[in-house]
Parts: sequence; structure tokens; C-alpha cells
Amino acid sequence: MKALNRLMIGAALAFSAPAMAQDFAITNATVATGDGSDPVQNATVVVRGGRIVAAGSGIAAPAGMQIVDGSGRWVTPGIVATVTDLGLWDVGAVQESNDIRSGNSPFSAALDVAPAINPSSQHVLVSRAAGITRAATVSRPSSSIFGGQGALIDLGADADAVTRPRAFQLVSLGEGGGRLSGGSRVSAHALFRNALLEARNFAQGGAAISGTASRPAERRTGDDLPVDPRLADNRTERGDDVLLSRFDAAALAPVVNGSQPLYVEVERAADIRAVLALREEFPRLDLVLVGASEGWLVADAIAAAGVPVIADGLDDLPERFEQLAATQSNIGRMVRAGVKVAINAASMEQPRYLPQYAGNLVALSRMPGAAGLNWGQAFAAITSVPAEISGMAGRYGTLTAGAAGDVVIWDGDPLEVTSAPVAVYIDGVPQPLENHQTRLRDRYRDLDESDLPKAYDW
Amino acid sequence: MNQSFFRSPLAGSITAALAVTLLGACASSTDEQARSTRVASTVPYASTYSAYPGQPTALVGATIFDGEGGRIDNGTVLFADGRIVGTVPAGLAIPAGYTRIDGTGKFVTPGVIDIHSHLGDYPTPSVDAHSDGNEATDPTTPEVWAEHSVWPQDPGFSRALANGGVTALQILPGSANLTGGRSVTLKNVPSRTVQGMKFPGAPYGMKMACGENPKRVYGGRGRAPSTRMGNFAVNRQMWLDAQEYADGDRKDRDLAKETLAGVLDGDILIHNHCYRADEMALVLDMAKEFGYKVTAFHHAVESYKIADLLREAGTCSAIWADWYGFKMEAYDGIPENAALVQNAGACVIIHSDDENGIQRLNQEAAKAQADGRRMGIDIPDEQVVSWFTLNAARAMGIADVTGSLRQGKMADLVLWNGNPLSVYSRPEKVWIDGAMMFDAMDPKRRPVSDFELGQPGEGDVK
Repeated sequence: MKALNRLMIGAALAFSAPAMAQDFAITNATVATGDGSDPVQNATVVVRGGRIVAAGSGIAAPAGMQIVDGSGRWVTPGIVATVTDLGLWDVGAVQESNDIRSGNSPFSAALDVAPAINPSSQHVLVSRAAGITRAATVSRPSSSIFGGQGALIDLGADADAVTRPRAFQLVSLGEGGGRLSGGSRVSAHALFRNALLEARNFAQGGAAISGTASRPAERRTGDDLPVDPRLADNRTERGDDVLLSRFDAAALAPVVNGSQPLYVEVERAADIRAVLALREEFPRLDLVLVGASEGWLVADAIAAAGVPVIADGLDDLPERFEQLAATQSNIGRMVRAGVKVAINAASMEQPRYLPQYAGNLVALSRMPGAAGLNWGQAFAAITSVPAEISGMAGRYGTLTAGAAGDVVIWDGDPLEVTSAPVAVYIDGVPQPLENHQTRLRDRYRDLDESDLPKAYDW
Repeated sequence: MNQSFFRSPLAGSITAALAVTLLGACASSTDEQARSTRVASTVPYASTYSAYPGQPTALVGATIFDGEGGRIDNGTVLFADGRIVGTVPAGLAIPAGYTRIDGTGKFVTPGVIDIHSHLGDYPTPSVDAHSDGNEATDPTTPEVWAEHSVWPQDPGFSRALANGGVTALQILPGSANLTGGRSVTLKNVPSRTVQGMKFPGAPYGMKMACGENPKRVYGGRGRAPSTRMGNFAVNRQMWLDAQEYADGDRKDRDLAKETLAGVLDGDILIHNHCYRADEMALVLDMAKEFGYKVTAFHHAVESYKIADLLREAGTCSAIWADWYGFKMEAYDGIPENAALVQNAGACVIIHSDDENGIQRLNQEAAKAQADGRRMGIDIPDEQVVSWFTLNAARAMGIADVTGSLRQGKMADLVLWNGNPLSVYSRPEKVWIDGAMMFDAMDPKRRPVSDFELGQPGEGDVK
């Protein structure tokens, strides 16, 4: 037992030296490319220079290349987890270790998680061992409806975790946003509109710019009051009533001009409609819905708007009044309506449950009256689709030529709860799969303390 | 040696004590009447559940996991009059009058049992008005009974049935308090009243909690306990006081002491929320000190470190498969916990503590099984199924009537459309006492709570 432990430590130490991208070909494996297609048997994946060269059947491994026998294995792109808080905490209930919330911060939209990401967090290590290679990570809306700017990270065992800082902004509307903004959805929408107007004005130098109203004329019913132009157009001179700090206004400028996606947490069908309507007022918003438990009720409208959804995978309870219509068939129905849907990692206890949730959606496809996903769709919902929503189409979550060499070799069907990775590569670099949990497992494989206490068993 | 070690369960029971009082007293008739009322009230809020009608049914040609570690490939399960008639190899003649259901390619298990649920006392929607699981006004509240908080219209019961195959569950008070109160065991059958769900004859449990939660809740208010040593001090004084009551004549009604005396008598089972190994070891010693038994540690993420002690104590570990790191005392949780505990010969139960997790206890067990297999501990499927059936029933004191497919037990069972230890399998039909309470093939054969009527998604597949 102890000899075995030493061997494993040796392996761990070997990995702690700076690892290099390897050129290799995995052969004879069942390969799922992440693009929505079915898995292919007896297939090959070729990785060179940290990138995918080819994947599929009928591909020969280049001469002289290191061959990894994939017999009995499955090979896939790494899982892409969105939305997460990976790298922002060690222990959830230990506040000092937890950078997920900033309730007392003077800033909101300006919050930027990139400098806080800790690639050594056990949750990063545990998630990596579960086959997650990329994640979108962001802090929770807490001082305001804005959570701040999320980053795209890789889960590699190196110092460079952040792939793209300020990749998106997060805002909470619906019940959560109402609570944070002063007590109601009404307040949340006022705060949100004001913030975007101020940000737009700030981006334009703060000068008063006359112009036509940027939203369509109000529907008139004959007895309603006209909307004050300052509520509707871009005449938002930065005067005495500015609510946003300069930092927050600057952070929202790319949201208003559409260069930074805006992730909107919203659940209720009516709230989703209200979010989609925002584009009449702010036409350049690059919207992504997060949560969307009642998305199936407005699936056609979401599809028509071309807005992707990061949807809670298996929520089926009226946890809140805004989730009355929650059903596990939500994702299946939205996909059927033509919506691009990724499974929301934030809806589960740990991001590493993503494959389990995807597998459940496959199971649903066999149930009468339910809507699920086929295997390829389900796997895409945790690989290529979240990558696309993250602005990384073709780079992550796929085995297409040119994509990053993020490859996972599994001991079985990755969506099956009994399967686990046996090897993980990020950018072609083999990754250590050891962590606090595996070390505890090795120590307590037996309870023998006849020679020395367990504390000496390492 | 403490007297309570030698107290006979019968002589010590509340009912018996009151009966002795009656016999020994020279009471006036009005006094006798009053006491009669008191005797009757020792089983208050009694179960009014009775089984719904069912048909004699034969599930033919399925793979059967009987919950006791047995497996029959291509077998038949027979049940009638609410009871299991037997499990036999397929091909044997089926008695006349049985409805035949083809189980080819399908699996049968006993009904899933969740030993740790807060359905009803923390129901959805999770609004403050529904927050009825912690009487967090005193660190020890053995006087409260979870059943008095259960809202039978919690939509979560139906999800646990339809998606999880759950046929019985224990509703526990929360873990804010060192001693949280009595649990209640329910049949997962919708009812207008909680009495209509109560599992007939199930013993009571009592919820206790160690570690972070009680000391945080009360320490934050500047009162004891604010430390782990404070946790133990408050608990030990509670037991001392309870012993004094139990050893006395028990004449005066005292809701808290009656529950504690029931524990000392062995009639009420202890379910102890506890994460850390060192703390569980201390709790086992506290149980020895006062002469009670810890039936199960709940959450128990570090059971693998003291599996030997748990085996010797005969204490079960009711655990998640792999929850990790959400609080300090969960930092050493490992996915191999269940397998290591089982491998040491101690009792494993997979629990949920969660309105979503209760819908997938079978998958949690499968994960824990696979994590064990990867470290060389092979536990066969038929054994793993007992983690969410018979073992839970044992620790809830109902194993003589449910939890396995043994002849004569309640016909609580699930027909799965595939191996329940696969993510791709779902319950197809669920029977409770032989009555079909869920059928995936029949859109109307699923419960819809009052709360959901006339609301978006009423009667949806969920």
C-alpha cells in the first residue's frame, strides 16, 4: 500500500515540472467531437503543437507520432463549464476564502474576476480531474444587479488561468435583481435602464448629444402620459443625479455597444419577454439568457431573437414563484424550437455534474411526453455550445482541426455516471489529476496504523 | 454504571410508565378519566394512511434487484393485496387473476427510500413563509415534531415519486439546533393531511447535529453553544436532565423530556448530522456515556476515516455520493466514502437532504459505486441497490415491512426502464402498497399538488 502511494506521489511530482504540449495520436477509440454528432467508433484523434489536427474514423496517425491506445476508451473535447465560480473560492461557507460575492463593494459592473482567479483552488483541481478544461467564471451580483465582468479560464495546472478577461458582464433581473435593486422588478428595470443610458453617455464623452429617441415611439392608448425624452433617448447628461461610478459606467460601455456579451439571469416567461424587448431600446445588446426555467413557454420568441440560453438543466420545482413552470423538459423543448442551449453549471452542486445532467437529458428523450436531447446534442450542450456562447466557437469544446488540444480520455461513455477521465490534456499538455481528495483516498485506503499514525502516510 | 443501560425498553416506554401510574394510584374517577386521555394521547397525530386499491400484478421478465443483495436475471415479481407475493424466475406459470406487465429489458427494485429529506418542512416555493424546518430559538428543541411542519402540498413529493421512485422518506428537522426534534417517516402518497402520509407503525427518529451549524447559529447570538466544546456541554447537560426525568416516575408531561426518554428507552432512533470523523467518534462516546445508540450519522463525509469505529458501533453512514467543499467540515469529503465504508463492513445509506437530489438517489449510488470500483473496491449492483432501499429502511426502523422484495412485505416497488444504476434509466411505474401511484405511460397517473393547479405547467411531465 505504501509503496503504491509512493509511486503515485512520484507521478504527481513528475507532473509538477513545467509540462510541455505533446504531439500524440489516440487510436481505436470511441470519439465524440462535441459538434452534436453521434460518437464514432474505432476513431483517431491527432494533436500536434497544442492543437487538434484531425479527429474521426479513417484517419491514420502520422508516422513517428506518439500513439496512445484508446481501445475501450472514449475520447472527447474537454468539458466547457458555464457559468461557474471556479477559481474564486476554497470553502463556500468560509467567507475569508470566498471571492464569489462583494456585497459591500462600492463597485458593481466594474468588478472584474480576472485578477482574483486562483488556479490552485481545489475546486479547479477536482473539476479538471472530472474532465472540465475550460470555464466561464464570474462573481455573483451582490452589491447591485450587476455581478461584474466574468472571465474565460482554462483549468490547466499552470499559472496562466485567464484566457479572456472581461469576457462578459452579468446582470440579475427577475426576483434576484429586484431584491438587489431596492425591492422589485420595477426597480431593477429602472436601475438597469439608467445604468445603460449613463454608460452610453459616458462612452460618448459625457457630452449632451441631441438626437432622436433611440427607442420606438410609445404605444399610445389616448389617455397615457408621454414619456419624458430624458427617459427614452440619449440625452443623459452626466449631471448631479448620476448613479454609476465612472468605473462602473466605463465597464458597461462595451455592453451598450455590443462588444461585450451581457448575461442576464432571468427565469420567468414574462421576465424573459421583458429582456428580449430591451433590444428595441438598446439594439446592440449581445444578450445571453441564464437560468430561463420557463424558457420553454417563450421558446419561439427566444429563437426568433437569436438569443442563446445557458439553462438550468434539471430544475423541475417551483423553487421560486418565477419558476412555476420549471420542468426537466425545458431544454429539450427550447432546442426543439431552435434555441441554442448550453447547460448551466451554476444550477448544480458542482460543475463536474455537467455530464450527469446532460445524460439525464438523454434519458428524458425516452420518456413519453417529455422532451430531451439525443446524445450528440446533450454532449454539445456541455462542450461546443457553451464554447460558442463564450465567443470561442471552433476553439474550445470541439475536436475540429485547429481547435485547442483540450482532450479527455474517458473510461466509458462520458455522460454515464459511472464514467470518469483517465487522462486530460489542455492545449496538448497532459494534466495532473491528483488533488486533495485523491490524496485522502490514498491515505485512507486502509485504516492500518500499526507502525505509525496516518499522518505519516503520505 | 448508568441505570439507563439496564432499563428495559418495555418498562421504560412512556405508555408503560403511565400505565404503571394508573395501576399504582388510588385515583378518583375524574383523575382516571384524565389519565386515560393522557394514555390515549401517547399516540397522538396517528397515521390515517391506508393503501389505495391495486391489482394483483406480475412483472415478468425483468432483472430484479431485491434490495437484500439478491439479483434475479429474467425474473418475475408477484404482488397482490398490497403485499409482495414473491420473486421467481420468469417462465413459471403466473397465477390466475394477475395483471401481467412485460418487464423485458427493464429492472425492478424495492421502492426508493430517502432517510434524509426536508420535503414538506422546507417546501417549494422556498419562501420565508414556508421556512418550517428549524425551530432555531433554542439549541435543544427535542419537543418539536417535524410532522407539525410538513405541508403535504409540497410539489417536491411528486417529483421524488415520478423521477426518483421514492416510496418512503424520513422528514427531519434541520441542523441549526444540537437537538432538532422528532422526525417523521412518510409514505410518499399524496394526502390532504400529514396524518394521511404517515408511515403506519414507523418509529420516531430524533434529529441531532454536531459541528459548525449549531455553534454558528447560537454563537452568532452571543449564547451557548459558540464552540464545539460548547456543543457537547449543552448536549451532555440535556442528557443528564433527561436521565433524571426518565429514571423518575415520568408523571409530569414534558414534551422535550418525553422524546429524550424515548431515545434512552430505545424507542426513538437517533439521526445525527455530523461531518467530521473526530466529532463522530466523540458523539459515539457521548452515546455510550448516556446509554443511547446513534442509529445513523447523516452527511458523514469523513466516515471513511473511522469506518472501523462505525462498524463496531453498528452505526450507519447516510451520505451523499460526492458533495464537496461547501463548508469547512466538508473539505475532506471524498467520492470513495461510500465504497470505503462498505468495504470496512459498515452500513452505507445514500441520502439526499435535497429536493433535487432526492430525484436521483439511484444515480448518486451509481457514482459512489463507480468511484469505489476505480480504486479496486468492487461492489455488485444488487448490493448497491440496498444503499437506497433496505439499508435506509433498517435505519428508519421499517425494514420488517418495506425496503426489499421479500414475501409479505409492503408492495412498494419501482419498475425502471433500464438499470437504475445508469444515468439513462428512469422510473416507468411506481407502486406503493400495491397501488400504482405513478405511470410514465399514463399522463394522468401522476400527482399534482393543490399548489400547482391553475398555474403554468400544471400536470406537466416535470
